[in-house]
Amino acid sequence: MARRDSVMKKPKDARGALKRLVRYLGPFLAVIGVVFVLCVASNLLALYGPKLAGLAINEAAAGKGKVDFAKVWYYAKRMLACYVASSLLSIGISVSMMTVSKRIANRMRADVFAKLMKLPVGFFDRNQAGDIISRVSYDIDVISTCLATDITAILTSLVTVIGSFVMMVVISPLLALTMLITVPAAIVYTAKMRKITQPRYVKRSKSYGTMNGFVEEMFSGQKTIAAYAYGDQVNGKFDGINETAANAFYDAEYYGCTMGPTVGAINNTGLGLIAVFGSVLFMSGKITLGNISSFVLYSRKFSGPINEIANIVNELFSALAAAERVFGLLDEPEESADAEGAHELTDVRGEVDLSHVAFGYEAGKTILHDLSLHADAGKLVAIVGPTGAGKTTIINLLMRFYDADAGHIAIDGHDIYECTRKSVRGAYAMVLQDTWVFSGTIFDNIAYGKEGATMDEVVAAAKAARIHGFIMKQPKGYQTVLSEDGGNISKGQKQLLTIARAMLYNAPMLILDEATSNVDTETEREIQRAMRELMKDRTCFVIAHRLSTIKNADWILVLDHGDVVEQGTHGSLLEQKGFYHRLYVSQFE
Amino acid sequence: MKLILEYLKKFRGAVILAMLIKLSGTLGELLIPYILEHLIDHVVPGRKLLPVLLWGAVMLGLALLVRFLNVTANRMAVKVSRDSTYEIRQRLFEKTLRLSGGQMDAFGLPSLISRMTSDSYNVQNFIRAGQTIGIRAPIMLVGGIIITLTMDVGLASILCIMSPIMLAIIATISWKGIPLFHRVQQGMDDIVRTMRENITGIRVVKALSREPHEVERFRAVNEEMTKRDLRASVLMALPGPIMQLFLNGGLTLVVLIGARRVNAGVTEPGVILAFLTYFNMILMGVMALNRVFIMMSRANASAGRIAAVIDAPEELLPLPEEEAAHTEKEGFIVFDDVTFSYGEEEETEDKQEAFAGEGRHACLSHIDFAMKKGGSLGIIGATGSGKTSLINLLMRFYEADEGAVFVDGKDVRTYACDDLRRRFGVVFQNDVIFADTLRENIVFGRDVDEARLRQAAEEAQAYDFIDAYEEKFDHEAVIRGANLSGGQKQRVLISRALAGHPDILILDDSSSALDYRTDANLRAAIRENYPDVTLIVIAQRASSIMALDDILVLDEGRVIGHGTHEELQKTCETYAEICRTQMGEVSA
Repeated sequence: MARRDSVMKKPKDARGALKRLVRYLGPFLAVIGVVFVLCVASNLLALYGPKLAGLAINEAAAGKGKVDFAKVWYYAKRMLACYVASSLLSIGISVSMMTVSKRIANRMRADVFAKLMKLPVGFFDRNQAGDIISRVSYDIDVISTCLATDITAILTSLVTVIGSFVMMVVISPLLALTMLITVPAAIVYTAKMRKITQPRYVKRSKSYGTMNGFVEEMFSGQKTIAAYAYGDQVNGKFDGINETAANAFYDAEYYGCTMGPTVGAINNTGLGLIAVFGSVLFMSGKITLGNISSFVLYSRKFSGPINEIANIVNELFSALAAAERVFGLLDEPEESADAEGAHELTDVRGEVDLSHVAFGYEAGKTILHDLSLHADAGKLVAIVGPTGAGKTTIINLLMRFYDADAGHIAIDGHDIYECTRKSVRGAYAMVLQDTWVFSGTIFDNIAYGKEGATMDEVVAAAKAARIHGFIMKQPKGYQTVLSEDGGNISKGQKQLLTIARAMLYNAPMLILDEATSNVDTETEREIQRAMRELMKDRTCFVIAHRLSTIKNADWILVLDHGDVVEQGTHGSLLEQKGFYHRLYVSQFE
Repeated sequence: MKLILEYLKKFRGAVILAMLIKLSGTLGELLIPYILEHLIDHVVPGRKLLPVLLWGAVMLGLALLVRFLNVTANRMAVKVSRDSTYEIRQRLFEKTLRLSGGQMDAFGLPSLISRMTSDSYNVQNFIRAGQTIGIRAPIMLVGGIIITLTMDVGLASILCIMSPIMLAIIATISWKGIPLFHRVQQGMDDIVRTMRENITGIRVVKALSREPHEVERFRAVNEEMTKRDLRASVLMALPGPIMQLFLNGGLTLVVLIGARRVNAGVTEPGVILAFLTYFNMILMGVMALNRVFIMMSRANASAGRIAAVIDAPEELLPLPEEEAAHTEKEGFIVFDDVTFSYGEEEETEDKQEAFAGEGRHACLSHIDFAMKKGGSLGIIGATGSGKTSLINLLMRFYEADEGAVFVDGKDVRTYACDDLRRRFGVVFQNDVIFADTLRENIVFGRDVDEARLRQAAEEAQAYDFIDAYEEKFDHEAVIRGANLSGGQKQRVLISRALAGHPDILILDDSSSALDYRTDANLRAAIRENYPDVTLIVIAQRASSIMALDDILVLDEGRVIGHGTHEELQKTCETYAEICRTQMGEVSA
C-alpha cells in the first residue's frame, strides 16, 4: 500500500516542473491574462470600499441634524457599486479558473493514459498498478486544485496586503506605525509555531499510518486470530498503538490549537493600539473619525492573508512535487518505433525461427544465453520447467513485449524486428493464465480482438469455446455485464471466455499458457476440449502442465532458472536422463 | 450521535467546563469592539489622555485574557477528544475481533477498516471542534446580534434579517453540493477502474493492438468526470463571493441608515464603526456554523456506522447445556445431519474479501459423518463445493441451520468459543502471516517454550530455512509475509498450527506450495509425532489426501462419496475422474 504523508514534499527540480506546467497553461493564456486583470480590479474595488465607508461615516459623524444626506448617499452608492462589482468579478474569476484547471487536469489525464498505451510491457512489470494510478487519481488532483485556487489566492493576497498597507499609510502614516508592532509579532509567532507544530503533525500522520496498517492487517486476519484465541494479545498491542496515536494527536493539537486564539489576540491587540493611538491623534485633530474606521477595516484586511500565504506556499510546493511525478511518467521511454521501412507481416504460414537469441530483463543480467529453435508451421512447441524458470520470457520475446538483446527471431523467414509490431502481434492469438476480462458485456469481451465482429461470429466463437451454453443461462445472455476482474463469473468460465476471444481473433499462430487452475473437473474438461480445438492447425507455443500436451508436443523446451537447459522430443529428452527426466519422474514416483 | 454522547458522558465535567470557558472567552472577544465604540463615542469627546490609555489597557488586557481562555478551552477539548476517541477505537477494535463470521460478511472487511480509520477521525474531529467552534460560532452570531441590539435596535435589525438568509443560502448550496461531489467520486472511480483494467490487461491490449480503442474509451470516462467535476466545483465557488456581497451590502445599509439615525440624534457615529466590526464577527460566525453543520452531519453518519458494529449483538455465546443437541453417533468429531447456508446475500462493498473464503451461497446439505479420535479425514471437491464451510461450522465461526456439530461428545455451541478453538491447530487457505517475528507468528501468544518452538518448526519442515536467517526465529516477517516465499509461508503457518499440541489439526489447502518431498516429509512427521491428533486435510489434489483413513468428496454442498481412496476409485465416478485428470498433469 502506498502510504502518503500529508507533509510538504519538496520537488527536486521545481523550475523544470514549473516550466512544463506553464506549457499546459498555453491554450488558456488569454483566459488567464483576463483573469489576472479582473483579479487585480476586483481586489482594488474591494479595497476601495472601506475608504468610501470611512468617507460616508465622516459625513454621518457631523452629528445630530447636521448630516449631509446627499453626500452620504453619494458615498454609499459608490460603496455598494464597488462591492457588487467586486463580488461579481470574483465569481467570474473563480468559475473561469475552475474551468481552466479542470480542463488542464483532463488534458493531463488523457496525456498520461495515451502515454501508458505507448509504454513497453516492461514498464508495467516493474511498476505497481497502484502507484501508476495514484498519479492520475491523486497527483493530478493536487495540481488542479492548486491551479484553481492558489493562483488567484496568491494574487488576491498580494493585492490585498499591498493595497491595504498603502491605504493605511495614506490615511495616517502615524497610525500605520502600530502595524510595526503587530505584523512582526504575527510573522514571528506563526514562524515559530510552524517549527513547533510541523514535526508533531508529521509524527501524528505517521502514527495514524501505523495504526491504519495494523488495523488492516489484523482485520484481514480476524479469522486466524479467532481460531487461535489470540484476541487478547492483539487487543493489547492495539492498545499501545492506539495510545501512541492518541497522544501524537494530543501533542500536535496541544500546540496547534493555540494558533487561532493567538492570532486573534494579536489582531485584537492591534485593534486596541489603533483605538488608543487613533483617539490620541483624533484629540489632537490629526485624524477624522471616518478615517479611524476605514483604518480599522483595512487593518483587518491586512492581517488576513498573512497567515494564508504560508499555507499557499506549502500547497504550491506539493503541487510542483505532484507535477514532477506526473511528468516523470510522461518522460518514460516509449516502446521503440518500428524499424524504418518496416513492412506488414501478411499471409503468415507460421514457421518460427529463433537463432542465437540472448536476453535479460536487466542490463548485465542475461538469462537467456543462446537460444536457437525452429518450429515448422502447424507444430506444437511445449515449454516446461518449474515455477519461476522463466517460461513467460519466451512468450515475451515472441510477442515483442520485450526485444532480444542479440540474435534473430523470424516468422516465415522475415526478421520480426523488421516488421511492424502490430502485424507481428497480430500473427498470434494468446490465451494467458491470468485471464483478463474488462467491465463490459460478454459480447464486448469476446469481440474485443475483432473490431466490428457480428453477433453470429461471436456466438460461433463461444460455441467453439464451449461457453455458449453458460452464456445463454445468464439473465441477459451475451449482453450480461461483467464486473471489473470478472468477479461475477468463475475462473474457469473466464478462461473459456478468453479462449472464445482467441477463437474469434483467428490468428495463424497461438500462444497458450496452460493453467493448473483450481476449477472443477467438469469445467476443466471443457477447457481442455476448447483448447484442443483452438490448437488445431496452428503453430502453438504452449506453457505446458499436462502430460498429454507434453507428450503430443512436436518439440519440448525445458527451462530452469531462466535458461533453456534441454530441448528435444519427449522420447529423446527422457533418454538423456537429465533435468527433464528428473522432472518427469518426480511427479510419477 | 448517541454514541458520541454516550462516550462523552464520562467526561461530562471536563466538557461542560471547557464549554463554559469557551463561552466566556467568546463573550470577551465580543466585548472588545464594544469598548472601541465606548472609547470613541464617550471617552474621546472628553479629550483626556488618561481615560483613553486606561480603556486601551483594558482592551489589551481583555485580548490577552481572551487568548488565555480560548487556548485553555481548546486544549481541554483536545484532551477530551483524545480520551474519548481512544476509547471508541479500542471498543470498536475489540468488538470487531469478536464478530462472528456472518457478521464479518455482513459488514465487509473494507467497510470495517474504514469504520476504524476514517469514521473514527470524523468523530474525533467533531468532538474536538464541536466543543470549541460549536460554541464559538453560535455565540459569535447570537452574541453579536444581541450586543448590536443593545447598541442600536434599528441598525441591528438589518443583521437580524440578514443572518438567517445567509445561513439558509450557505446551507442550501452545501447540501446541493454533497450529491454532486458524490457523482464526482463515482466519475473518478470509473477513471481508476479503466486505468486498472488497462494496466492489468496490458499484454492483451497490446497483443490485439487495441491501444487506440482504449484511448478512446478512456477519453469518454475522462470527459464525463471533468463535466461532473466542473458542475460541482462551480457550485461550490459561489458561497464565498455571495457571503462577501451580503456582508458588504449590509455594511452599506448600516452606513446609510446609521447616518440617518445619527442625524436624528438616536445613535452615535462610533456605533456605526462598532457595527462594522461586529459584521465581520457575525459573518465568521455564519461561516463557522455552516462548517459545524457539515462536520456534524458527517460525524453523525460516521458515529452511526461505528455504533452499528459496537452495538452488534454478541453472537456465538455458549449455549446452556439444556438447549444443547445430542447425538446417537459415536465419535470425536460428529456432523449430525448438518444443513447450512451463508444466508441472504448482503451488499458488502467488496465481495472478493468475503470472509467465508468461498462463494456466499455455498451451502451444506445433510452432511452426516463421524471421525474417531486420532483418525484422519481428507476432503476434496471443486471450488465452492463447501469444503471450507465444514471447517467454519466445526470451529463455530458460523452456526448450522439444521442438525448439530459435536466435538468430544459435546455440541460445539456449548463450548465457550475460545475453549473450543484452543483444541484446534488450523491453517486456513490463504492464511495470514503477521508483521512480527517468526517466533511470535508461530508462538502466537501461547505458552510455547523454545524447545517446543523448534520442534514444531522442524516437523513443519520450516526449521532449515529459519535457521539460515541471521536472526533465526527473530527474523521479522513483513505484512502478509510478503518477504517469504509461498512455500515458506505455508511452513511457518503449519508450525503455528502444530506448536500448540492441538487435539485436532486442520490443513485447508495449505501444502499446495510445497514441493513433493517436503509435503511427504511433513505428512510423515505428523503421523510419527502426533499419533493422537485428529487430522482433517482439505485439498485440491488427490495425492495430498489419498493416504488418509477416510475421504469425503463434496459437490455443491453434498457428500457424493465417502470412503478410502481405493473404495472411492470404484464407487465415486467424480473422484475417479479427479484422479485421472490429475495424474495426467506434470507440475514441478
